[in-house]
Amino acid sequence: MTTFAASFAGTLGSFALNVSFEAPLTGVTALFGPSGSGKTTVLRAIAGLEHLKGRCALGKLVWQDALHFVPAHRRGVGYVFQEASLFPHLSVRGNLEYGFRRARGQKAIGFDTVVELLGLWKLLERAPERLSGGERQRVSLGRALLSQPRLLLLDEPMSALDRNAREEILPYFEALHKALSLPIVLVSHDIAEVERLASYLLVMNAGHIAAAGPLNDMLVSGKLPFRQGRDAAAVLAATVSGYDAEDGLGALDLAGQTLLVAGKAGEIGETVRVRIAARDVSLAVERPSQTTILNVLRATITDIELLAGGADANVSLAIGSQALLARVTRRSLRLLDLAPGREVYAQVKGVSLLTGPGA
Amino acid sequence: MLSFAELWPPVALTLALASVTTLILMLIGTPLAWWLATSRSRYKNVVATLVALPLVLPPTVLGFYLLLLLGPNGPGGLIARLWEGRTLAFSFPGLVIGSVLYSMPFVVQPIRNSFEALGPRPLEVAASLRAGPLDRFLTVAVPLARAGFLSGAVLGFAHTVGEFGVVLMIGGNIPGQTKVLSIAIYDYVERLEWGNAHILALGMVVFAFLVIYLTMSIDKRLGRIRL
Repeated sequence: MTTFAASFAGTLGSFALNVSFEAPLTGVTALFGPSGSGKTTVLRAIAGLEHLKGRCALGKLVWQDALHFVPAHRRGVGYVFQEASLFPHLSVRGNLEYGFRRARGQKAIGFDTVVELLGLWKLLERAPERLSGGERQRVSLGRALLSQPRLLLLDEPMSALDRNAREEILPYFEALHKALSLPIVLVSHDIAEVERLASYLLVMNAGHIAAAGPLNDMLVSGKLPFRQGRDAAAVLAATVSGYDAEDGLGALDLAGQTLLVAGKAGEIGETVRVRIAARDVSLAVERPSQTTILNVLRATITDIELLAGGADANVSLAIGSQALLARVTRRSLRLLDLAPGREVYAQVKGVSLLTGPGA
Repeated sequence: MLSFAELWPPVALTLALASVTTLILMLIGTPLAWWLATSRSRYKNVVATLVALPLVLPPTVLGFYLLLLLGPNGPGGLIARLWEGRTLAFSFPGLVIGSVLYSMPFVVQPIRNSFEALGPRPLEVAASLRAGPLDRFLTVAVPLARAGFLSGAVLGFAHTVGEFGVVLMIGGNIPGQTKVLSIAIYDYVERLEWGNAHILALGMVVFAFLVIYLTMSIDKRLGRIRL
């Protein structure tokens, strides 16, 4: 598999920035971390907008090493800034065409395709100042896509938007990857956004990479803080296997077991992602009968972690090759005599379907 | 006594001088303003101060040094010899050189201000959209700084029309060659020809009013940068 590899060193305010990572060129890689941890600086260095010491290569294409520094305009990266930053002197069409005209050779991403994908038909002749925040960010995304980028960089593209605008634009970001199969690096400090969009996660802290790996490994891994919080969750990949129109339930195949979700999940055979919150998973040692809970999955306990300062524990479960997290009380652990290696039944009370890229 | 034939040459000369000066100033002022707005050179402030000097210096001081530079014994004299002349002083090219230096801060400052007001973001966006340095300067920086260009051009033109001291020092008062409006008015007053002085003076007042009024209305529409 080709990868995107980068290592940068420099100073960032009061601390040193020193990162080195490799990420798959398929799917969405999230650069996650608190504000001021250096995420944006790394993204800018990848784009060539910042010149740090180091190396940066997309597959075999070297953008920066000890001898070379390819300037931003020759890298072919699309960059969507936190604020849409549309050119105020050009119409929406003029903005979209700016990069499109300057792209050379075969244009794989067509003007009409992008306008259609992002729902921009009605906005083309408008001036940027007459757009809503969400519309602006959609144009900005379209403009970046039309420059025919090899890599798309998104710098917290939704953080400047209010909740409604964010909900309005998220589906476009989700549709993006599926429609264009373009590698994407997303900077975010919002784990909910990352869960919805990303398939690979780089965790940044104080100028260095604290952890890196596939999204779900990171979410359920005992070494990272994600699973400590109230909103700990797992994101699993499943295959659409059917739809029951009468009950309005979609069926997914998860390592040979069936998971039901509300609504039609997609075309049969399509890979989708589901998010299951740890608090929505309870455990039983025997297959429960006579319950309103539809989803009961056979799983093996791989790890148990008692959470400090409370009555709760995290139980890591394996279903096939994927991991699930259950939040249960310590008392239940003791009463049911649960321990790693034991086979249990996970009752899943809530499943949310993420329409983003397959993991 | 009030004759068009007598009044027109100074007006025409003034308009020609102001037009040529403004054109030259836009050509050299734009890159200079860009450099002042974006450079991190330590000489930046020295250059900015030199450009701004005419704001503070009495025009006669600038005129005095220009007279030495342009005269037969200065570099101006050497250049004048190329076309069999003796000096650049007391000639139209000499007036242009003086006006360019004298009006430069009025052109460079507004353009520099509007370049600085852009910030780096629009140019970074253009770079990420595959536009090279000159391309993004011409298609992003210049159109976005148009209010600054307009203010600069109008101020440069108007200021050249209104200058007196420098012109008197290096141009003298040669009808048709260096006798510009402001000097003509001075001349008429000296000779007690109040009628002619009135016409030219009132004309200048109307001109100044129109220039400032127009600039203000256009500026309002472009929405930035005031006079």
